[in-house]
This record gives sequence, structure tokens and C-alpha cells, in this order.
Amino acid sequence: MASVDIVNVRKSFGTVPIIKGVDISIADGEFVILVGPSGCGKSTLLRMLAGLEHISGGEIRIGDRVINDVPPKDRDIAMVFQNYALYPHMTVEENMAFSLKLRGVEQAKIDERLKPAAQILGLTHLLDRYPRQLSGGQRQRVAMGRAIVRDPQVFLFDEPLSNLDAKLRVSMRTEIKELHQRLKTTTVYVTHDQIEAMTMADKIVVMHDGIVEQIGAPLELYDRPDNLFVAGFIGSPAMNFVKGKLDANDPTKFVTAGGVALPVGKAPDAAKGKDLIYGVRPEHFHLAGSGGLPARVVVVEPTGSETQVVIDIGGQELVAVFRDRISAKPGETLYLTIEAEKTHLFDAASERRL
Amino acid sequence: MTALSRTTPASPSLLHSLGQGKNLPGLLFMLPAAAFLLCFLAYPLGVGTWLGFTDTRIGRAGVFIGLENYEALWSDSVFWLSVFNTILYTSVASVLKFALGLWLALILNENLPFKSFFRAVILLPWVVPTVLSAIAFWWIFDSQFSVISWALMKWGWIDKPINFLGDSTSARASVIAANVWRGIPFVAISLLAGLQTISPSLQEAASLDGATPWQRFRYVTLPMLTPIIAVVMTFSVLFTFTDFQLIYVLTKGGPVNATHLMATLSFQRGIPGGQLGEGAAIAVSMVPFLLAAIMFSFFGLQRRKWQQGGND
Repeated sequence: MASVDIVNVRKSFGTVPIIKGVDISIADGEFVILVGPSGCGKSTLLRMLAGLEHISGGEIRIGDRVINDVPPKDRDIAMVFQNYALYPHMTVEENMAFSLKLRGVEQAKIDERLKPAAQILGLTHLLDRYPRQLSGGQRQRVAMGRAIVRDPQVFLFDEPLSNLDAKLRVSMRTEIKELHQRLKTTTVYVTHDQIEAMTMADKIVVMHDGIVEQIGAPLELYDRPDNLFVAGFIGSPAMNFVKGKLDANDPTKFVTAGGVALPVGKAPDAAKGKDLIYGVRPEHFHLAGSGGLPARVVVVEPTGSETQVVIDIGGQELVAVFRDRISAKPGETLYLTIEAEKTHLFDAASERRL
Repeated sequence: MTALSRTTPASPSLLHSLGQGKNLPGLLFMLPAAAFLLCFLAYPLGVGTWLGFTDTRIGRAGVFIGLENYEALWSDSVFWLSVFNTILYTSVASVLKFALGLWLALILNENLPFKSFFRAVILLPWVVPTVLSAIAFWWIFDSQFSVISWALMKWGWIDKPINFLGDSTSARASVIAANVWRGIPFVAISLLAGLQTISPSLQEAASLDGATPWQRFRYVTLPMLTPIIAVVMTFSVLFTFTDFQLIYVLTKGGPVNATHLMATLSFQRGIPGGQLGEGAAIAVSMVPFLLAAIMFSFFGLQRRKWQQGGND
């Protein structure tokens, strides 16, 4: 186990910069998730950490050791690949024991480490199967088992759940989190799925276009996104954005381009007079009596546990989520309130939080 | 249960499906191919085998003489020399082609500059008609004008030209070298195709698992390549065993039959020598060897356990 420090790391393929100076420090035993849309550089960063991509600039340290020029086999890192990368010509047992065999560990010692790992992952009865004879979830577990038996300093996961079906993904999510709680090995996990990031991480790193947009605990990112990108990326359904300005006379009111006034908690002085973007999460709308904000219902999407309603406020379509079942029909008008303290204001020019 | 009850009425007799007119067009479409195979593969094979049991000569229809041709061959030292030559030629050339071809394939699988250019160039020896390249080799191995002798003499390593094709050992080595040169592209490109089916993430996983480049080759690449190696080397052995053009242009079997292969001997006895029956018998004698090679590939090609799907 070890901490990981990524200091001003850069990567370019030819002249195209992919990672433009990234700083992340990961504490010993932490579960960190790199999340971002495709092409944001998160997988490349992970592969640089693993030693599979050359580092164009900056420094990566594992513990106290700078590993920029250390070959992958000497980094003491285990990685779970998106396609699992199990050796098809080896049984589950051989797959898991491969790294130990290469290291010249005796068979008795190998068994000693392999058996408990197989037990934790429920692979004991599958040890003499070949990867082709396993289901997706089982292969996923073998890939993790191969990482566990090595007892490495750091685990790397590269979108490990994206080849699984939705139900299995949810249960594997729990399994991976449990595993981390048990082993407490420093883990870096890459995903494009913000739900995976929210549910599993100690710390989330949101990446976009080769830079880090924000680093923080899941709820921190959810409650106080630093910028428009993070605000829109974290949370599902996504945060609603409305363009407009603060009311010149009443800074607790935000006036949209369509002329509708929306409530604002505490507007900072910097917000006055600027072009702003107002952000409100779908679940911060509440039904009110006839005194609330009038909103025309466009589409109603019941999911069972909640109801998502696409509403039209002053000519702008927004999404609202209600815990209750709503029997509204398209075209009807709902009266809503907004939790003013939970709204967000962003500078329209810099897209940063105000 | 439901699956069983569904299949029973759904399996119609052949006649029934013919009557429905679904298979009839299929059979009709197969006819040209079947006729082609019968005329150009089965018939010559049958005639060749039959000729081997007759004393046919050019210009004289033969009569059935049973195994007399084979009895004559059994005590024919030239025939046995040609068998020895063929086995030597095939085994040495195949091993060299495999080793060099695999090496070349591994190099071409790396990220080289001008990769596609090199891959195209590699194919050249295979694209050039055999007779043409054989003539080129004839000049390279010429006793007077050989470019190899010339170069070695320039460097002062030797003081007179090497008589490549004049001495039995060097003639054998020379024809094997020519065959290897010609056969490498097939092996290299086929193995390269095989290498490209191996997911790069397996190599990456192995290097993270602590494998050195040699260990990655030994424990990941090679085992995953064996099915392709089995196919490629079977074909390579078949091509080499039946080689004719190269020998015929370079040495015509000489000196003193030192490079006569079974194929060239069969041709020499049958066509220029006029003994069609005996030539055919030599050709038929190759069949057991070729069958052995095919059997080898049949067992070598059987899907390995790890390639099979999920049966418990």
C-alpha cells in the first residue's frame, strides 16, 4: 500500500496534447475515481500510472519513488482491464497464479495466497475452468482475483464494469467497494459513469479535455460544483441551467431571459450585473399550492420510485423530479417552489461558480 | 420439455424438403463446383493412381502389372535417395522457414516506421513467379558469375568462386536456401495475422504481472499462436514436400541426383524418360507422407480445451 502523487503530468500523442498538466494526490488506502466523458484523458492517465504509456512531462510518484521511467513490471501495480485481459489458454487458477509464478514464488506459498483470494471472490469452484467457460461477472472476478493475489501497492481499474449488464454492474459495484473496505489498498478507478463514481469513491476526480475540473468527495461535488461542467456532469437527471441576470433591485431573485423570476439563496456581490447561469437540480423543485411558480407540464416520466416531469418555465424546458406520484397531464400547469439555498450561480463567461 | 416437443414436428425428411423446392436450387448451384472438382481433382488423381499400377509408356498404352512398379522402386537406390532428399529438404527448409518467419512476424508486429511498406516488401518473394526467382538464384549460385562468390572474393575471404551447385552438400544447401527465401513470406505474413489477433491488453496484463519480454513471448504469445502455427506449418510442409519448379530450374536433380526430390524424379522418369507408369508410382508414393502431414495437422488443429466454449 502506498500513496500516489501525480504532479503536473502531461501527455501528448505527436503534437496533440491529451493531458494538459494534471495534479492529483492520492492518500494511502484511498479509493479514487477518475471520471469524465470519453476522450477526456482519464484512461490515458491510468495507463501512464501503470507504465503502459510514456509520460511526456511531470512526475508520478508511488510512495516516495518516482516511477516515470520504471517499467510496468517493476511498479508493483495490479490492473483490471475493461476487457479483463484474462489469458485464454490458462485456467482460472493459472491466471491468478501467473504473476506469482513469474516471481518464482513456491507452489505452497502460491496456494496460500490464492485460496483466500478465490474464497473472497467466490471463485473456489471455478479454479480449473478456462476463461471462455465463465460468464462476464465471473471473468470480472477472476480479473480482480489476479490483482488481489499479488498484494500490490496500488490497484488500477480501467472501466471494469462497462462490459457487464446493468443488474450485474450494480452488484459488482457493491462487491468492489466491499473488497476495498476489506483490503484497504490504494485504488485508482476509471469510469465514464458518474453513478459509479458517486457510489464507490472516497474521492472523485472529474476530468474534461485533459484537465482536472474538480477534485472532491462525491457529495462535495454534488453540492458545490466548481464549474458548469462538473455541475452538469455529476447527477442524474442532470442539473438544469437557465441563462439570465440577478434582479438589479432584489439580489434574491434571478431573472431569466424569458423574464421569469427564480429564487436565489445568497448571491455573492460578484454576481451583480453579470451575465449568469442559474443551476437547479431536478429534485430541488417542490410542489406548492397555487402561489408557486407556474410551470406547464410537457412530459411525465414515472419510474416507480419517483416521477420525472419535463416542465416549461418561461419558454425554457427544465426537468423536475418528485418523490410523489404525480398525475399531471401534458399541458396542465403545476405550481412549484425551488429550494433557494440549493441553487447555484455560475458566471456565464468563465463558467465558474460564483 | 417445450424445446423437445417443438423440434419433433420441425424435422422434415430430405424428400419432403426437396419437394418444397428449398434444397433443389441449392443442389443445382453446387453442380458446377462438383463437376469442376471431379474433372480437375478426382479424375487426375484416379488416373495417376491407376497409371502407377500399369507399365504405360509414352506412345504405348500399358497393361495392369499390379505392384511391379513399386517392387522395382523398392530396390531402386535413386528412388530411396530422392526420398531421403525430400525429407531432408522438407525438414530443414520448414524449420528454417518457421524460425525466420516467426522472427520476421514478431518484428513486423512491433510499431516500426514504414510498417505497411515493410509488410508489402516482405511479400515480394512470394509474389514473384517461382521460375523467375529460381532463375535469379541460378545466377546467384552460378559457378563463375555468382554475386556471392564475387563479394566474398572482394573481401578476401575466399580465393576462387564457390561451386554452389556442383557439389552435393553445397547444392543441397543452396536449393534449401532458395526455398527458404521463397517460403518465408507465407509463414511470416500468416503468423503476423495470427499475432494481430492476440489482444494487446494481454501483453500489457503480462507486463504488469511482471513478465519480461521473453516471458511474455513464451507464456502468452506462443501458446496463443499455436493453432495458427499448426495450420501454417502444415501448409508449408505440404508445399515444400511437393516442390518441383525450384529444383527443376536450379539443378534438375543434380549433381548425381543429390538434389532429386520425389516430385522431380517422378517427372523425370515419367515425361522426359517416357516411363509414365513408373513416374506415376513415384508420385503415388508421396501420398503416405502427405497424409501423415495432414494427419499431423488434423490432430494439431483440434481445438484446444481453452478454445472451447462453456460446457460444464
